Amino acid sequence: MDKDLFRAHHDLGGVSKFLCEPIDKEPHILTDFDREVDAIRQVLAAKKLMTTDELRRGIEAIPEEDYHRLSYYQRWIRSITDNMLRRGVVTEAELRAALEGQ
Amino acid sequence: MNLLETDSAALLAAVRRVLIAKGVLTDAEIADRIAKTEQASPALGARMVAKGWLEPDYRALLLEDGTKAAETLGIMIRGAPPLGVLENTPLVHNLVVCTLCSCYPRAVLGYPPFWFKSAAYRARAVRDPRGVLAEWGTLLPDNVRVRVVDSTADYRWMVLPQRPAGTEGWDEAQLAAIVREGDMIGVTVPDGARLREKTLYPER
Repeated sequence: MDKDLFRAHHDLGGVSKFLCEPIDKEPHILTDFDREVDAIRQVLAAKKLMTTDELRRGIEAIPEEDYHRLSYYQRWIRSITDNMLRRGVVTEAELRAALEGQ
Repeated sequence: MNLLETDSAALLAAVRRVLIAKGVLTDAEIADRIAKTEQASPALGARMVAKGWLEPDYRALLLEDGTKAAETLGIMIRGAPPLGVLENTPLVHNLVVCTLCSCYPRAVLGYPPFWFKSAAYRARAVRDPRGVLAEWGTLLPDNVRVRVVDSTADYRWMVLPQRPAGTEGWDEAQLAAIVREGDMIGVTVPDGARLREKTLYPER
């Protein structure tokens, strides 16, 4: 069926290449990075600076190879950054300056 | 280089620094949000399940309006999408997945577990739910229909499991203690063996 149907790469229901993959049921403790990204997303949402749909659009726009390579919250920070740039909340110049200052 | 392809830790530090410098958010707001998020855990959903097992009126409210049922217990759902509750019966077993991402009733279950967000779970739950359940050791009789429900960004689901036999006379706290995260997603059912152990050795 997958052959006949165009699927965006985040649309994983029934996708055959994962059907034989075992599920990693081990608990994975969230890192400080994870918690911080999660919290920033919530604060931005509460301030009406980003919606769930914008977050999803940003995640779904990540190229397939990166999508599967990045961790869950690594996708989120990429989407958050993308959305802050699109909305003009931050500029590329400001971000580059902050990255250079690290 | 595309800014978005920057190393994630560096990107987070830069975005955070710029947002704070511009007064968009503060360190205190981030810390406060982390603390609030950590307060939500499967123990909240478990309280709802236990109360639903004990009180027919509450069970009816759970199935009719999960959001209201949560708020009745002081669990604030405001800002989150509506919560639906799916009742397991002797003939229907519900399994929740989010095939597109990771939509999850965080207000009542906390952060979604790692596996819920994995490609394998998202792909397989809708195609081979019994195979997925078997990975958790959950084997259902053939006459039980498995219903897979896809959570979305606009509607979140949790499962009301069946109350296990052998829990007659238990109070709400005892019942809540045997309800696990997986029972409310549908990959497991409240477990008889674990239940006996809890009763015999409640501190474990």
